Amino acid sequence: MRLFLAALAILVFAPCVELQAAELRGTGDLGIVIERASGSLQVIDVTARRALGRVEGLGDLSHASAVFSPDQRYAFVFGRDGGLSKVDLLSRKLVKRVMQAGNSIGGAISDDGRLIAVSNYKPGGVRVFDSETLAPVADIPARYGDSGARSKTVGLVDAPGRRFIFTLYDAGEIWVADFSNGGGPAITKFAGIGDLPYDALITGDGRHYIAGLFGEDGLAHIDLWAAEPRVERILDGYGRGEEKLPVYKMPHLEGWARAGDRLMLPAVGRHEVLAVDADSFQEVGRIAVHGQPIFAVARPDGRQVWVNFAHPLNDTVQVIDVPSQEVVHSFKPGPAVLHLEFTPRGHEVWISVRDSDKVEVYDTRSFEKIAELPMAKPSGIFFTARAHRIGL
Amino acid sequence: MEPVRLLTLSLAGLVVLAGMPAYAGEVPPERAAALSYLVRQDCGSCHGMTLRGGLGRPLVPEALEGAGADALAEVILDGIPGTPMPPWRGQLSEDEALWIARALKEGRIE
Ligand code: HEC
Repeated sequence: MRLFLAALAILVFAPCVELQAAELRGTGDLGIVIERASGSLQVIDVTARRALGRVEGLGDLSHASAVFSPDQRYAFVFGRDGGLSKVDLLSRKLVKRVMQAGNSIGGAISDDGRLIAVSNYKPGGVRVFDSETLAPVADIPARYGDSGARSKTVGLVDAPGRRFIFTLYDAGEIWVADFSNGGGPAITKFAGIGDLPYDALITGDGRHYIAGLFGEDGLAHIDLWAAEPRVERILDGYGRGEEKLPVYKMPHLEGWARAGDRLMLPAVGRHEVLAVDADSFQEVGRIAVHGQPIFAVARPDGRQVWVNFAHPLNDTVQVIDVPSQEVVHSFKPGPAVLHLEFTPRGHEVWISVRDSDKVEVYDTRSFEKIAELPMAKPSGIFFTARAHRIGL
Repeated sequence: MEPVRLLTLSLAGLVVLAGMPAYAGEVPPERAAALSYLVRQDCGSCHGMTLRGGLGRPLVPEALEGAGADALAEVILDGIPGTPMPPWRGQLSEDEALWIARALKEGRIE
């Protein structure tokens, strides 16, 4: 009888113990991998290099990105179809999902973690939501010119002081929306920044906002620490009038890397990464690379920059050594390397290889492959360490 | 941008009418599957994987009703200068571009 009771107790309580153990885990080394074709994502354990499970029903993720809550428990996923989804990484459940627009391109979370902003192509502008409930907080239509037409918005980032900054693709303007007074946003507009801005970044200190210009041979820069911030053209004429190659994929500027005292930027329409002095914004070098760079991402210590490329050369990854500005390693994970993400201290890097349906993990010193995880058409990889970085 | 685009399309149309060799627009079945994949994945990076639009315009049949397949094929081969739409000549043959143009208009991209 006693034995029977003991067995019963184990049967009854064992699942609870397991459940509790599952609940009692940190989230600082979790992450997500977007599965772009199936509208799903996989929650991953970065330390164990293991997939924990799949979350489905996220809509069209063909171009998707994510930000994380300050407690690193929730991911906010921005889909192409205007869907904004809140995913609990611990329970691996879709907690809430709103369709907030017809066509979107990324989002951001405010410095206090309370506001989620989404950048929309259709209808053009930015919408802002409460991060707890996803209830609407503000709508900022990107109207410009005399006709009041709405511009697509790109390059949306958070900035210190409860601000969001974004760029109007059709209008060539940069807008700063300041939510610090608790009510509706105060908006500051910078017009005439240049032709066809396609993406932007903010440096990790929240000081410099830089927009890439497809229609110009240069970039638009704002120093947000200036007493009177204004837009300046930097790297003007970096192509020096040379004919650009056709661009089969727009570079992503979020990956623009700050490595030591340099910014490393993918050049548009050129097989080059540009090295720029991070104080003067003068060009200090160019590194010839395998193709047109899409992401040029610095290892967190800034010693290396890893680069992937546009179609049709997107099977290759190259590693630039920053001090010598030389390509020190090239390898071919296979067709359609779409994204890469470093572990927070940079010892490993995760690389998504869409066409072979896997994510590969490499040691960043030996360049050895140390793991492979099967994933369905993987694209973006996002680790929760982003929760604590400005602009990510 | 609208007038420029119409002009581009009608110019391209004129060139075709003016007696450029008409392409057959036919491709072997394996190539058709590869082209569908290219359209969704690589055109999709600007036009959306569902082709409902992104930085580039939607490429769904309703959106392309006003344009002829020949003119669209020319746009695909030569791109639209001054915009991010790149020329695909060199990557795609004329037959392939025409196949894509027709498949887009008819909603046949798998
Ligand atoms: C780098 C981004 C980019 C890529 C890649 C791209 N396009 Fe485009 N495309 C555009 C943009 C932007 C426009 C709109 C230009 C404008 O008029 O402002 C456009 C316009 C077009 C048009 C004209 C549509 C209309 O209604 O006038 C067609 C057709 C088209 N693209 C087909 C394709 C096909 C097919 C591919 C792949 C083989 C492709 N595009 C790849 C950016 C791109």
